[in-house]
Amino acid sequence: MATVISNERLADGVYHLRVEGDHGGTMGQFYMLRAWGAYPLLSRPLSIHQVNEDGVDFLYHVVGEGTKILAGLEPGDSVELEGPFGTGFPAVEGKVALVGGGIGIAPLYYCAQELPGSDIYLGFSREAFRTEAFRPLAAELTVNVGGLVLDSVDFTSYDHIFVCGPHPMLKAAQLKGIAAETAGKRPNVYLSLENRMACGIGACLVCSVSCRDGQRKACADGPVFLADEVIFND
Amino acid sequence: MINLTANIAGVHFKNPIIMASGTFGFGREYSKLYDVSLLGGISGKGLTLHAKAGNPGVRVFETASGMLNSVGLENPGVEAFLAKELPYWETLDTARLVNLGGNTLHDYVLGAELIQRDADARSAAGKPAVDMIELNISCPNVKEGGIAFGVKTPVAQEVVRAVRAATKLPLAVKLSPNAEDIAGMAEMCQEEGADAISLINTISGMKIDVRRRRSVFNNLYAGLSGPAIKPVALRMVHQVAKRVTIPVIGMGGITSATDIIEFIMAGATVIQVGTYNFMNLRAGSTLVEELQQFMIEESISSLDEIRGII
Repeated sequence: MATVISNERLADGVYHLRVEGDHGGTMGQFYMLRAWGAYPLLSRPLSIHQVNEDGVDFLYHVVGEGTKILAGLEPGDSVELEGPFGTGFPAVEGKVALVGGGIGIAPLYYCAQELPGSDIYLGFSREAFRTEAFRPLAAELTVNVGGLVLDSVDFTSYDHIFVCGPHPMLKAAQLKGIAAETAGKRPNVYLSLENRMACGIGACLVCSVSCRDGQRKACADGPVFLADEVIFND
Repeated sequence: MINLTANIAGVHFKNPIIMASGTFGFGREYSKLYDVSLLGGISGKGLTLHAKAGNPGVRVFETASGMLNSVGLENPGVEAFLAKELPYWETLDTARLVNLGGNTLHDYVLGAELIQRDADARSAAGKPAVDMIELNISCPNVKEGGIAFGVKTPVAQEVVRAVRAATKLPLAVKLSPNAEDIAGMAEMCQEEGADAISLINTISGMKIDVRRRRSVFNNLYAGLSGPAIKPVALRMVHQVAKRVTIPVIGMGGITSATDIIEFIMAGATVIQVGTYNFMNLRAGSTLVEELQQFMIEESISSLDEIRGII
């Protein structure tokens, strides 16, 4: 059990949850959270937004029963945390772009802290949030509301590109990575996938990802994968 | 002093809590969270003779007090299990159950023979081996047009008879709640020489995405588990326990010590815990502790005192 420090509403349906305690983790890893009894059945995987001396932060979007309960948490309330789990973004050197779409910006803040001087691209469909927190950490910050932020990213200018966002954005990033090769410079494109999970630790096999070398687990082998490894079936 | 032990066909269980197939992998992941040797047993991820990639598309969907899954028996195959996972199981002090499935009768038999051969070699070398085979007859029967082996008793009988002939290891048959006659199915298993009956597997269910106007699952239907199925599971365990004399391994929606006690009172010798592992990653250690506590409070010194009293 951990204690909620704060749970601030940032935008329509978007919240910033801060939880007290000695919770570590690396860029792109996640925790399984629950703040309820038997229903909803499953815990919710949330990526690490930031690791602090006194706790860990999460950014989440209310989409169902579980996140709706999370949104009702108040300072002092209890929340169960298991983790950190998963294989996140690698610690890289070179020129880095962080590209986030919507709630997909959540894990990139931790990346921005760990990889200062990165170019940061944040896209939102309707309302921007948390962008000013990214600004001091970015070499250059690009914010797009209502368009496709990925269009602003020149893939040939980077050694590594970290992407987290909605499914179409991840697919588009994979294609842009491949296209960059014909333009002469191919970056390492890393995608953070969001699959439905049950256990979160690699035992139940429900978050399976089709990869070139067979089925992989989003929760244990990922959630971050090299774009070249992933086969998008739809 | 509380006695939690149980014995099925010579296999010792230090307590009645076994982790159910498909929810526990082979135990490695959970062993990072607690000592899995405190468990009565582990039933490993369901195996087939050859490796299976499992189903494409959505594999899990949460329902009211339960979940649907359509993993499709993704597994490394029997040989890879024996080579890579069993050596890990050797290091654990808990009963080791291998869950065996198959799409054809031939696959079941060859799978059981491989496991038997490995067990023979291990016991000759004085090494711990598989303790029990849990035969999963809920797989689709390719020859019978995809209908599960576990629905019609005569179809299931062929598999149980063939696997019984292929192995000397203690054999539990895991029944599907989708069986036409669950107690008759259990009785058949006993007559064919099974050492135990385990039940229930998931209940066939469905979820429709109304906006996309299609089933959420590529396979149309999926398996329902969790607290939602507990009343059905308990009733079926009770029916089966009344009909057979061999031990019953009961499961379906167990999330507490009182749930365990209910299954024991319905006639189960030991129980399995499945979906609760996802609700509480430390389910095993939680339940072992809770069960002991409950028995102290209720002055139950052995589960034999309450087994099958209903």
